[in-house]
Amino acid sequence: MDTDQELVILALCCHYCAYAAADMAGSMRLQYPGSVRVLRFPCTSKIEVNYLLTAFERGIDGILVAGCLEGGCHFLEGNLRARRRVERAKKLLDEIGLGAGRLEMFNLSSAEGPRFAEIATEMHERVVELGPSPLRRGREAVLAGVAGMASLAEAVIAGEKT
Amino acid sequence: MQASAAAARAMSLLAPARGTCIRTKVYPPQRDVTDEPPRIGVFICHCGSNIASVVDVEEVVRRTAVLPNVVLAEHNIYTCADDTQDTIKDKIGQYRLNRVIVASCTPRTHEAIFRDTLRDAGLNPYLLEMANIRDQCSWVHSAAPDSATRKAADLVRMAVGRAARLVPLTEDTVTVKGAALIIGGGVAGMTAALAMADQGFPVHLVEKSEALGGAARDLFRTLDGLDVQAFLAETIDRVIGHPRITVHLHSHVTQVEGHVGDFTSVITTGAKTRQVEHGVVVVATGAVEGKPTTFGYGQSPRVITQRDLSGQLARGELDLPKGATVAMLQCVEQRTADRPYCSRVCCTMAVQNALAVRERHPDARVVVLYRDMRTYGFREIAYKKARQAGVLFVRFDDDAPPGFSLGADGAIELTVRDAIVQRDLLMRPSVLVLAAPIVGQHDRQEVSDLLRIPINADGFFLEAHVKLRPVDFASEGLFLCGTAHAPKFLSETISQASAVAARAASILSRQTMPIGAQIARVDPDKCVSCMTCVHVCPYLAPIVGDDNKAQVQPTVCMGCGSCTSECPAKAITLHHYTDAQILGAIDRLLNAGPGPVGPGEGAYLEQVGVARPRWTEG
Ligand SMILES: Cc1cc2nc3c(=O)[nH]c(=O)nc-3n(C[C@H](O)[C@H](O)[C@H](O)COP(=O)(O)OP(=O)(O)OC[C@H]3O[C@@H](n4cnc5c(N)ncnc54)[C@H](O)[C@@H]3O)c2cc1C
Ligand code: SF4
Ligand code: SF4
Ligand code: FES
Repeated sequence: MDTDQELVILALCCHYCAYAAADMAGSMRLQYPGSVRVLRFPCTSKIEVNYLLTAFERGIDGILVAGCLEGGCHFLEGNLRARRRVERAKKLLDEIGLGAGRLEMFNLSSAEGPRFAEIATEMHERVVELGPSPLRRGREAVLAGVAGMASLAEAVIAGEKT
Repeated sequence: MQASAAAARAMSLLAPARGTCIRTKVYPPQRDVTDEPPRIGVFICHCGSNIASVVDVEEVVRRTAVLPNVVLAEHNIYTCADDTQDTIKDKIGQYRLNRVIVASCTPRTHEAIFRDTLRDAGLNPYLLEMANIRDQCSWVHSAAPDSATRKAADLVRMAVGRAARLVPLTEDTVTVKGAALIIGGGVAGMTAALAMADQGFPVHLVEKSEALGGAARDLFRTLDGLDVQAFLAETIDRVIGHPRITVHLHSHVTQVEGHVGDFTSVITTGAKTRQVEHGVVVVATGAVEGKPTTFGYGQSPRVITQRDLSGQLARGELDLPKGATVAMLQCVEQRTADRPYCSRVCCTMAVQNALAVRERHPDARVVVLYRDMRTYGFREIAYKKARQAGVLFVRFDDDAPPGFSLGADGAIELTVRDAIVQRDLLMRPSVLVLAAPIVGQHDRQEVSDLLRIPINADGFFLEAHVKLRPVDFASEGLFLCGTAHAPKFLSETISQASAVAARAASILSRQTMPIGAQIARVDPDKCVSCMTCVHVCPYLAPIVGDDNKAQVQPTVCMGCGSCTSECPAKAITLHHYTDAQILGAIDRLLNAGPGPVGPGEGAYLEQVGVARPRWTEG
């Protein structure tokens, strides 16, 4: 379970559906990889490209954005807008060489606890395959307390080369 | 839901005494923390053994205590217990905490409780942050305790990053207009109207057709023996005679403006319009029988729906030749790829009608062709009775639906492969009864547009949460009940409508009510007057002010954040979900290093978005 220890995946979840589904996965005691950390949003429409890119820049290995079913957003079209933004961010990830695969948007209802566990597992496995983010050096450097824009920049450059 | 329904009944009995025993909770004045650097106290919960049996809470405490801005980290057996809450209040004073993190269960159930603890200790409730280390950690990683411990520490660290940047927020209050607007005069609308009116609230009941009653006008007897027509007549009489209910027939609601507690709407009746003021809206627009387009429906008078058959039985019109066969076909045009849901009542209707046919025409054969018999709950007993009464049940596979032909002489021929004995059967029934689906109203989109409420993929209105807020819409002050929400039995419609009345009364019985402070705000200096937010907002909350700059009406905004992400000038901030707070969490997760932050430090604010317009510089 070495990879499981190392990888960090952010799950940006809408309060109404995905976050509730994640809670339900808990009440059902479903098991999924420990790499996934949930951050709650009022609706996926609040998730900006900037948040996604910042997290990647800081060395996150993967991000899953999870909102309500299409047509089921509690704020009508929030999740459709979020999807457009995620697509935009994926293009950028491809352009900088990090790869669009590290980011994915999912839709599920609040009653779909098992689906949440499935999504978390799917994303984890995908990131295991892709390996840790090349920008992680930045993160580890920071963790080691020798942070600095220089090392981060180096890491970015290294990331672009791979 | 049943609980809310029971509360409604109790409240109508207690209506005269309402407000006489209220003890208003008095909170101490809130400490001004704006100029203090963040002093975060972290309370990590064992939740008995729910968390502590998997996560090493002491290790989480150790990892948290060293984080910047954290001045106190400790663990408690049950953080939500009264004595622990008292401890938290003491510690807030003792350590002069100005941010509190509770790492425990889900904020969906416990945020309100801990916010109250903060208020009791003289802190603004928006200075609370929670880390969900039970539902989203110990429970889902029980097989990997080490990984769970690291994750719990990470979740707490994210909370620290966010908490450091939380700011106190004040909630506005609105004056409540103590009346209700109910759209739809079926059993749901009438039940809710009576329950609210009995509690003393004026009600406007708007029905588009010429009469009250809705779908129940075509029902005669429920399985448990209720005489629906008598019940309906009595209910309608009570509604019409009620001094506090105004019935608007042949009417539509054509405009709704305002927000929870304070709506102004227009009811249009023919050429006349009338403006009404109210504090809540109830959507009880119901559903209708979807007319089948297959199996010869509409081509032969001998192909009817279950509802037609109940009518014929009730009026004594069912005329069968001796030894006739009555075939019933379930799940017609439903539970398919196009219409995946189950209409809930049809199997019970079929069983009930089958029993009635056998009773009145003992020589008739009744054959029910089904995929699954779903007589919900105790209704299974009727299914058993039907079998005992000689009703034949033939199961067919989803992918082998019965074949149908209608002869020139009007004879019906059905072929079906019995999925259990794997034999083809041929039938020439005198009557073919179809279990037609229940479908949403054709004009539901208009209601959705009017109130800006979501419709799900099945064509029914979507509640805020199946379990926690089953009769509320996500937008405050809007409620739903009856078949507008999903197909359901009459009894379920009635209890849901009573639940709505109780939920609505919790708003209507107040003079004023607070509205959440998680709302969007436009910085007029940054706004470039592009109107994007006006178009994006699902609730029309942003308006253009006299200065030509957008401003968000605080009472209308629901705090979704759509506008903040779309504004090209990054002029809009969503309170409680600011960039600094969100990025603070992400940053702390990925950067465990030192470096305390102050709440006012806009480290991210200027870094993101487009450049400021040139003319504001210098
Ligand atoms: C075909 C069928 C068979 C059923 N069989 C059974 C059964 O055997 N047993 C059982 O227990 N239950 C049965 N039910 C369910 C039962 O009828 C419902 O639970 C109940 O009647 C629903 O009441 P309601 O008020 O929610 O909706 P409805 O009765 O549909 O009433 C909605 C009302 O709102 C009005 N309306 C709609 N849109 C608007 C608008 N925009 N503005 C103003 N007014 C509007 C409509 O005209 C209607 O009067 C059946 C339902 C159907 C459709
Ligand atoms: S979207 Fe932004 S810039 Fe445009 S009007 Fe709204 S607040 Fe102003
Ligand atoms: S956050 Fe913005 S889009 Fe959402 S309701 Fe408020 S003003 Fe409208
Ligand atoms: S409310 Fe869930 S995605 Fe919008």
